[in-house]
Amino acid sequence: MPSLAFDRRRDAVTADTRLVLPSGEGFMCTLQPGDVLRIVDLEGNQAVDTLFFDADRPYDHYSAVKTIAEQGNIYLTTGSVLLTESGRPLVRIVEDTCGRHDTLGGACSAQSNTVRYGHDKVHMHNCRDTFMMQIAMHEPRLAKRDLAPNVNFFMNVPVTPDGGLEFADGISGPGRYVEMEAMTRVLVLMSNCPQLNNPCNAYNPTPVEIVIWRRGA
Amino acid sequence: MSMALSSFTPLYTISIPSGGRWSMRIGRGKRLVVRAEGAGANAALWLYRADHPAERLNVPDTLKAQHTAKISLYDVLMSDEGRAMATVVHDTVGWHDPLSGVETRADVDRRYGETNFQRHRNAMLRSGYENVVKELVRNGLDAGDLVPPINLFSKVWCDESGRMHFVAEFAPKGSEVGLRMEMDVIAILSNTPHPLDPRRPYPSVPLTLAVYQDEPTDPRDPRLKTDEARRAMENTVWQYALLR
Repeated sequence: MPSLAFDRRRDAVTADTRLVLPSGEGFMCTLQPGDVLRIVDLEGNQAVDTLFFDADRPYDHYSAVKTIAEQGNIYLTTGSVLLTESGRPLVRIVEDTCGRHDTLGGACSAQSNTVRYGHDKVHMHNCRDTFMMQIAMHEPRLAKRDLAPNVNFFMNVPVTPDGGLEFADGISGPGRYVEMEAMTRVLVLMSNCPQLNNPCNAYNPTPVEIVIWRRGA
Repeated sequence: MSMALSSFTPLYTISIPSGGRWSMRIGRGKRLVVRAEGAGANAALWLYRADHPAERLNVPDTLKAQHTAKISLYDVLMSDEGRAMATVVHDTVGWHDPLSGVETRADVDRRYGETNFQRHRNAMLRSGYENVVKELVRNGLDAGDLVPPINLFSKVWCDESGRMHFVAEFAPKGSEVGLRMEMDVIAILSNTPHPLDPRRPYPSVPLTLAVYQDEPTDPRDPRLKTDEARRAMENTVWQYALLR
């Protein structure tokens, strides 16, 4: 694992939770207000598909469109406040050594893989399968319909002025990280993307590290 | 085949006033035409599969499959199950915005001044969020089913830094967009301002909706622009082959 010695703001040694999430696996946690979650792109060019829910009103999920319309910019970075559909703040990005993150591309699924890459790709691992398994095992209040369009941390989806959209090679690199602070009680649902058919993770899905500092701990 | 609203006899028409909302079940092979009765219209549109509404319009899947950040003629609106839900078969505008969502009650109060029913009666200004939640609940769904809509008639483009630019009064009076339904859907529409529209007061103009008889799209239709659109169409055809 690369050194985490670059960390300026918070020393991961002081964290309450540290774990390595291999690609193709999922993770759920609840953050209390003031808790800080860091995701580290250990080897670079990975994509981490992430959804957020108001933990006390899980029907009020993260809204990609509300979030970008409110900040007037389609990319997420330091200072971005992620909002629910009803406009409640969920988390604020407080540190970002990658530069920008996508929220237009959504998650891969077995079914979208058939559209994008061919009907024979239906059996490949994908983020929505990970999301569905996570909520089935850990969160009975959520169902498939709650899987709204998500954030793709470290992913690069440039949009051109004439309305073109591409999945481009990542702008992230080994050890880059993004850190967010919970603004309310937030349920986090994560899939470390196993996509092998496009450059969102350089055709080589790799592990990420998850680091959590608990405010009250 | 491009049909103007007036060329055929509709099965159904309805006028939607400024701030109004609407939902209806529309069958596979029917065509919904939305017409702007003033300049600078905006109509937020959602699609849910009628017999299984957990399947619904998925804007990210629609955009990434067709490598576009706008919706225009012969783009296919896709569900989260990789199926074609609707095809844009008529479009006088050329750009419909899939990026911006709707305003909430708080947005409407802040931007256009606070209104409430007690004082303003039916002149109270409506928000897109409240409109869609009411229609979701009316159809047996709830706020958790809310996903990004397409904002018909609105153009938002992005510069290299990702900044979003709203084009004011983009669609002229009389603009039309026609959506051929490829599956049985619950269509929900909110005639409320675009969140990035800087105009004050409350910028919303009446719409006319009409539904016509049409035919589902053949996956081999050469007007489909991408192999991805063809495969989404095939996925829908196969589902309906098993249902009907």
